[in-house]
Order: sequence, then C-alpha cells, then structure tokens
Amino acid sequence: MTATCPAETGRETRRMTTVQAILDALDLSMAADPSVLLLGEDVSDPAGGGIFHASAGLSARYGENRVRATPISEQAIVGAAIGAAIGGFRPVAEIMFMDFFGIALDQIANHAAKLRYMSGGQTAVPLTIRTAAGAGMQFGAQHSEMLESWVCHIPGLKVVVAANPADAKGLLMSAIADDDPVITIEPTLNYWASGEVPVGEHFVPIGRAATARPGSDVTVVTYGRMVGFALQAAGELAAEGIDAEVVDLRSLVPMDEEAILASVSRTRRAVIVHEAVRRGGLGAEIASLVNEHLFGQLDAPVLRVAAPDTPVPYAAELERAYLVDAAKIAAAVRAAVR
Amino acid sequence: MSDTWEAGLPEPAVLRRMFEIVTAISRTDAEFRKLLLAGQARSTYYSPKGQECISAGIGALLRRDDYVVTTYRGLHDHLGKGVPMRELFAEFLGRATGTCKGKGGPMHVTYPAAGLMVTTGIVGSGLPIANGLAWSSLLRGTDQVTVVNFGDGASNIGAFHEALNMAAVWDLPVVFVCHNNRYGEHTRYELATSVPQVALRAAAYGMPGCTIDGNDPVAVYGAAKAAVARARAGEGPTLIEAMTYRLWGHIFGDDMRYMPTAERQAAMDADPAVRYRNWLAGQGHLDEAALAAVEADVDAAIEDAMRFALGSPPPSPAELFTDVYAGEARPA
Repeated sequence: MTATCPAETGRETRRMTTVQAILDALDLSMAADPSVLLLGEDVSDPAGGGIFHASAGLSARYGENRVRATPISEQAIVGAAIGAAIGGFRPVAEIMFMDFFGIALDQIANHAAKLRYMSGGQTAVPLTIRTAAGAGMQFGAQHSEMLESWVCHIPGLKVVVAANPADAKGLLMSAIADDDPVITIEPTLNYWASGEVPVGEHFVPIGRAATARPGSDVTVVTYGRMVGFALQAAGELAAEGIDAEVVDLRSLVPMDEEAILASVSRTRRAVIVHEAVRRGGLGAEIASLVNEHLFGQLDAPVLRVAAPDTPVPYAAELERAYLVDAAKIAAAVRAAVR
Repeated sequence: MSDTWEAGLPEPAVLRRMFEIVTAISRTDAEFRKLLLAGQARSTYYSPKGQECISAGIGALLRRDDYVVTTYRGLHDHLGKGVPMRELFAEFLGRATGTCKGKGGPMHVTYPAAGLMVTTGIVGSGLPIANGLAWSSLLRGTDQVTVVNFGDGASNIGAFHEALNMAAVWDLPVVFVCHNNRYGEHTRYELATSVPQVALRAAAYGMPGCTIDGNDPVAVYGAAKAAVARARAGEGPTLIEAMTYRLWGHIFGDDMRYMPTAERQAAMDADPAVRYRNWLAGQGHLDEAALAAVEADVDAAIEDAMRFALGSPPPSPAELFTDVYAGEARPA
C-alpha cells in the first residue's frame, strides 16, 4: 500500500503509522486546548484506548472527565458530543465504524448539521466525528462500507478523508480546530500504513486538494485509500506512455472544485475513483461538475471507477471482486485515453 | 389541590411568578390560535394549552444559567425559561427579528441568552443532547442543571433509553421531564406504551422517577425542586413524569377526532390555568386585585410583542445562505 506523503520542506518529520498520527493529533489538540474532549466506545485507557488504540494513553494524561468511554449507544454518543459542543467545548466523538452512522444519523443530520442554521447562528457545533470505513478485511457487509455520500449530502457538515498519515494528522487537527461539525473518515486499512509525518502541530487546510502525482494525459480524481491504488495504476500506465495526474481531494465538503477543474482543463480527460458503490456516489457529483464547466473541452467522457451496487461480501474472493484496485483504475484510464 | 405540599408551600413570590408564567402561556396560546384562525398570520403551531403548569413550576425554579432543551410543542417551555416574547413571537411568525432570524421557526426556537439551548422537531432527540450540556457544566465545574422536556411518545424511542442510561452511568446533572399529555401524535398512550406510567422506566436505569400532577404548578415545583437539588449536588439524574392533557390536539388544524369528546370536555372544564387562579384566590395567596394586575401586565406584554412581531419584516433573501457554516467562507 502506498501511504507516503511528500513532507513539507523544512519541516522535521517522523515516520509513523496512521493510527500513531491520529493519536499524535488528538494528543496535541488536547494539550493545546482544554476544551477539546474525547468520547466513544472503549476510548479510555482501561478499555484499551479504542479498538484501534487511536486514543491510547489519553485518559491517563487528560483524565476521565475529558476522555470518556461510553456505552454502546451511538445516538447518546453523538448527542452528548453535540450538547457539549453547544455548551462551549470541542468534542471529538468516535463512531467505531461508519456503518454505525445509521444509529446516530438523526443526531448527525438533524442536529449537528443544522443547529447553527436553525438557531440563526446562535449555537455552533464545533464537533469532530472520527470513524473507520472501508472494505478489505473480511469484516462483511456491516463493518466495511464507505458511506461518504450519506454525509456529503447534508448541508452543514464538512467531510474529510486522508490518504496518508501526514494528512490524517493534519486534517484531524484542522477538524478539531474548525468551528463546524467535521466528519473525518479514516480508511481502516490505512491505520497500519506508515509514512513521514510532520512533528508538532500540523494543520492541513480543509477544502484544499493535493496533487499526489502530476501528469498531463488524464486526471484521476480520488480520495482516501484509493489514492494509493491510483498512484500504483499511474506507475504502471507510465510504462505504457500514459502520464496520469492523480488529484487527492482530501476534503469532500467543501470540495476543491478549482483544483479539479484546473487539472482536467489541462488533461481534458477525467477518471473519478472511489471505493463506495457507484449509484448516487460522489463520482456522479464530480462528473457533473466537470461536465458543467468543461463540456466543450473534454476529449473523452468522464468515467467512474467504483464498487458495484451490492453490499460488501465476506468471502475474500468476492470482496476482492467488489473492491476497486489498481488494475480496475488502469483499465478505466486506458479507456479514457484511447 | 396541592394538599400534600401545604407543609412546604413555595414562597409567595414563587406562587406569583408561577401565576405569571401560567397566564402568559395560556393567553399567548389564545392569541396565536385567534391569529391563525383569522388568517392574519401563518405558522406551524403546536398548542401548549393544558401543559402550562409544568413550565411554570420549572420556570420559577430554574436559574437563568440553567439549560433547557425542549421539543416542537415548546412554547410553554420557551416562556417558562424567559425567552423574551417579542423575539419569540417574531420567530413563530418567521420574521427577521425572531430569536433565530426567522430561520428556525416554532420547532427550533433557540435563545442561549436565557439558557434555552435547543428546541427539536424530532421526538426524543433532545435527551442525548441534554446529557452533553450537563457534561459541559460538570467540566466547567459549575452547578448548572439541564432540564429536558419531552412527551410521553418520546419514551418509546431509542434515544430516550440510550440517554437515560448514559445520564445514570455518568451521574449527570439532568432532569428528564416527561409531559405525559396522553397522546403521541394521534395515538393514545395505552396503545403505544408498555407500562402504565412512564416514570416506571426510571427504575430500569437506576434513577429516581416520580409521577406527579402536571396540572398543579405547586406539585411540579416541589418535584422539580427535589430533582434539581439532587442534580446540583452531583447526585445524578431524575425522571419526572408530569400528568397533563393536550387540550387542542397535536397541531393547529387537527380535527381531534381521535380524542373522545367527553374526555376532552372534562379536561377543558378542568383548565389548569383557571384551576390555579382559583386556588390562589381561594387560599388567599393572591387577592383579586393582585391577580388582575398580573393579568393586565401579561396582556400588555403580549399585545406589545404581537404588534412587534406582526410589524417585523421577513428575513432578507440573503439569509438563506448564512449560518450554514461559520464565517464567510462556505462550501459552494
């Protein structure tokens, strides 16, 4: 898996996994701002600091009042986080897997997203919801979905997805500091991937895409774990004489439309890649954006690479067939440049 | 009425304050229904008439810095917590001068300046949020209390159970106040609820629960006082079930066919606002002149606020796009 990030020049970096980068971001945020809180299932130290250990050591350091292990009650978790947020704090709520959003969606969609608007700006919800998402570990249909479309469709929420440890840290620190509710979707399989991460405070601005690989023939627009596969595909395609640019969105809401349009207006071809199922996916939104702005300049139809419209299967062979990979991306890129 | 509370009767100032709130709610409701019936304004309107004593008892008890969360039928709780009438009425009518600039409406009235933190239109969803507000006061080290109001129907939704459990596990300073008005939307309590009283559910979460006459402000005040004292002392949450009746159905325009005529008539005849007035006069707590003076003040305030609301402009079209996100930079 590719999970390296070009380190910012002049910054001291340290090699760490995504989970370590997330823990680093939480630790730095809690140390810098006493209003930052943590809550979720198993997040305190006696329970292991979360099933992925992303909060290991924090309850010992900051106390059980600021780091609260909760019952398995997703509505109560997000509701308590919202209440604490409008009460003046900056809670980080962990929903173990994004598939569990269904349980808490009323709090997320009807309250976190809307309280600022419904109150005419009187109550802010500076809340971060961290959640693991994505297939590839044989967790079956209820612990594997990428459900970013659910939350991107709700005005009032911001949505970010990191593709590497450095961005995982930088986006999370920005999310916590943000005055609006931000969903940070964390690709589960990236948790154990390593990369260089800036030491100390590191903020990746929400709403800004990154060019993961410059290229001139075709633009691959993607995010999250698919960035690694897109880079892998681009490497293979380079040997065939196809120079693909890979745009890592990093932030889905707000989306860096300028970066997408600038790239596609140069390459005149776009392939959009996401792990989520195709129907109603973000790929359709991005394709529409490109068509609305660049219709006359395109040399090929905008293509999408996405999972089939099925639940995520359990058997390894079926799960592999379900998942987007480098070969599927390469095939789509070849079709786009043909 | 209130015989059991004679020993610990609230002070005269509290009795008077509760009369003021009861009167404000009852007369505001009458004004709104008149306005809507005459077609002079439009509003989604959930009449609180019949439930005013609950908000009066709690309103007279709470401090301004205590938090209140309520539900779409919340006008009584808004007035009880001291949301100013002018901004409140303007919000109901969707005016720029409303508490929420006309962008929330009756189901989403918010006024943090008076501690009215959330009004939600989703049954039961205020309870988990109340826990978070209570957690925030624990973190600040204050003795603020959070009161969350909801109907009997809310006790059948998952959020109620998740929230009561968490509040008890975390010993949160929350008072859960169920306004049992006998109906969830158009369905009678008995057809939707597995226990004869909502308060019985408190035992399942290891917290005290009590059922009281919600049409008696003195009874509400007494029960709420004990619950608030527990919460302030760090002894955890309480569930209060206040028995009442929804005199004007679910929503304005409701034909109320599902409510037996005799049952509703009996409730009308026992109008809690009238009952409290008669009790105050009969017991000699407030004489006729004092009662009339309160009523005159309330009427004047309502008239002023209604004139203010009706004379206020709608929000400017640009307001559609503000307050979606903080600051100026917003996702396109």
